[in-house]
Amino acid sequence: MEKELKQFTVSVYTENNIGLLNRISAIFQRRHINIESINSSVSEIENVSKWTIVVNLTEERMKKIIGQIEKQVEVIKAYYHTETEIIYQESCIFKMKSDLLFDERQIQNIIKDSNARIVTVNKQFFVIEKSGRKEEIELLHRELSVFGIMQFTRSGRIAVSKEEMKISNILKTIDH
Amino acid sequence: METKTIQKTKETLQKTERLTGSEAIVRCLLAEGVNTLYGYPGGAIMPVYDELYKYQDKIHHVLTRHEQGATHAAQGYARISGEVGVAIATSGPGATNLITGIADAQIDSTPMVCITGQVASHLLGSDAFQETDIVGISTPVTKWNHQITKASEIPEVMAKAFYIARSGRPGPVLIDITKDAQFEEFDFSYEKCKGVRSYKAVPKTDENSLKAAAKLINTAKKPLVVWGQGVILGEAEQEFKNFIEKAGIPSAWTILGVSAIPTEHPLNVGMVGMHGNYAPNVLTNECDVLIAIGMRFDDRVTGNLATYAKQAKVIHFEIDPAEVDKNVKTNVAVLGNAKESLAAILPLIKKNEHAIWRRAFDDLYAIEYEKVIKNDLYPTKEGLTMGEVLKEINIQSKGEAAIVSDVGQHQMIACRYANFNQTKSNITSGGLGTMGFGLPAAIGAKMAAPEREVVCICGDGGYQMTIQELGTIFQQRAAVKIVVLNNDFLGMVRQWQQLFFDKRYASTEMTNPDFVAIAKGYHLNARRVTKREELAEAVAEMMQSKEAYFLEVCVEKEDNVFPMIPTGASVSDIRLS
Repeated sequence: MEKELKQFTVSVYTENNIGLLNRISAIFQRRHINIESINSSVSEIENVSKWTIVVNLTEERMKKIIGQIEKQVEVIKAYYHTETEIIYQESCIFKMKSDLLFDERQIQNIIKDSNARIVTVNKQFFVIEKSGRKEEIELLHRELSVFGIMQFTRSGRIAVSKEEMKISNILKTIDH
Repeated sequence: METKTIQKTKETLQKTERLTGSEAIVRCLLAEGVNTLYGYPGGAIMPVYDELYKYQDKIHHVLTRHEQGATHAAQGYARISGEVGVAIATSGPGATNLITGIADAQIDSTPMVCITGQVASHLLGSDAFQETDIVGISTPVTKWNHQITKASEIPEVMAKAFYIARSGRPGPVLIDITKDAQFEEFDFSYEKCKGVRSYKAVPKTDENSLKAAAKLINTAKKPLVVWGQGVILGEAEQEFKNFIEKAGIPSAWTILGVSAIPTEHPLNVGMVGMHGNYAPNVLTNECDVLIAIGMRFDDRVTGNLATYAKQAKVIHFEIDPAEVDKNVKTNVAVLGNAKESLAAILPLIKKNEHAIWRRAFDDLYAIEYEKVIKNDLYPTKEGLTMGEVLKEINIQSKGEAAIVSDVGQHQMIACRYANFNQTKSNITSGGLGTMGFGLPAAIGAKMAAPEREVVCICGDGGYQMTIQELGTIFQQRAAVKIVVLNNDFLGMVRQWQQLFFDKRYASTEMTNPDFVAIAKGYHLNARRVTKREELAEAVAEMMQSKEAYFLEVCVEKEDNVFPMIPTGASVSDIRLS
């Protein structure tokens, strides 16, 4: 019997090394798991990278994968969280025809109501940016797609946990 | 390289020497105590080979006949000695030919460092001649890998490579070095790696877990130990023996765990798993406490997990936290090195005998002996069995030989029937099941332990996958004893076809060459046995030979290996016929 799939947000603190993306994504690939989104950035600690990965799977598999991620030599620590345990944002940008801004008055209301922001306007096109939760971005996408979207891009999720991630303490014990 | 290694001590400021990258590599190998390496030259690694030529009185390069052979030889070297095995190859096909051995070392936790040449850094990504992304390719099958593009990186990366390969749960590391970095000069100094901040080699053992484990063990009525290679890799043989002897627990081994204690030890109840012994498999589902030590509950060990030891409380002594609860849910996990954790638990363990429980193993052994073992070792039919060949080897070796096996029926027979008095004596491809492993691994084993008798047992299939390494044996004068148990079939696959595919023998029958003539072509002493009357004398002749010796034994064509747990069945549903 298939167990229930849940969405998990994984935070992985790593050294900043070439090839680590390959090594981490391979752990998901070998279990035939699709990565919904992945983001790499600097973290609160100097010279330590943080990966934020969103995946859908059972909690049992999630735990095993965390173990296999942490086992990698250049991974310092990995955590997994459900949506209620994190504060997260995703970001997206839309490129649309400039005429729409004047012909379809509704668009201005949609932008205002969704707390989106116009980044730039020129004669040919204008660009809207929106950060928020997944559902908000999906809603905005639905509303704007009626008018025709020239280009759309959405970022990977970035997240912080409500609970402390004791990563700095771990590094302290390792450094000394 | 961005990864932080533990800070070097400021006081030991070493003098530097101006060296090329390629000479630095050889100097790093020497600093790590490497005196033998296995490899195959080619364009992108030629500067290193030029240095190996200059340093040939200090470091012995063994030219194998294929890069795969180099990795397996390095594995054999590592498995018998506990040292890091080293293989070296050129870029492109040289590098990709290493992959099977690397994957084998990864799944069997064998310490190995592979060095590959790479095209010059300005050519990376340009589809240059013999360019392949070996770092990308090897990522999923290495413990760690790294590409060096500047000579100045060499000392730190090499030190880290050896540290990672041998520490904690060992594994293979691949270092790829561009040709320009091999030529580049820099100021060389070497310091061994003491630690990597993001990598914890051995997890701390929790005092409470030891107490909880001891409590379960002390109150158990029917405890069973299943040990794996972790006991050997952790050099915990003595601590393990002390533990099981004090607690009086019958103990079974996985294929890679065998030889940690002698075969004849009264608490050694045999092998678990698909072709393991009857008693430990059946009684896995009757024990009340299952104590797993340095093993990983491979599917070939557990059979169907849904019916595996469900009645038992499970204790898992393990160095790799990712193995805990991976396949079997544990009640108590004791993390750490087996040597330390077993020593630490000993004072907490009450002395016990478990005499009645141990009798259950004897009773089931008697059944297995009657139905399987007797016929394997003392057959009454005309055709020779693989088992009786092993019996003759045991008689001649007195259990002192290291047995290197390939993969298939003969491997199961070798592991079931070989006698071992010494640890690190069973060298086989367990997790990956790599046919072709045996012959080159035996070369590495013999070179690492020239004082020991090394007997390589192959089937006619696997032998032909790396048969060209006979050339290495001849050139190196490695006194390996080679036994091919020839049934003119890919025997294990044929057995499955017989049992599960209605005897449709799809591509398992082999039309074989004259193996004796081939061995003689490499100037080896060689002999073929087809009759029982000749067997004992032929094995004796082989074992007494001071040089390499090839013995082909033509065995019954369609014998099967039993007991057997069919795929998906429970360990207690093990078949005796």
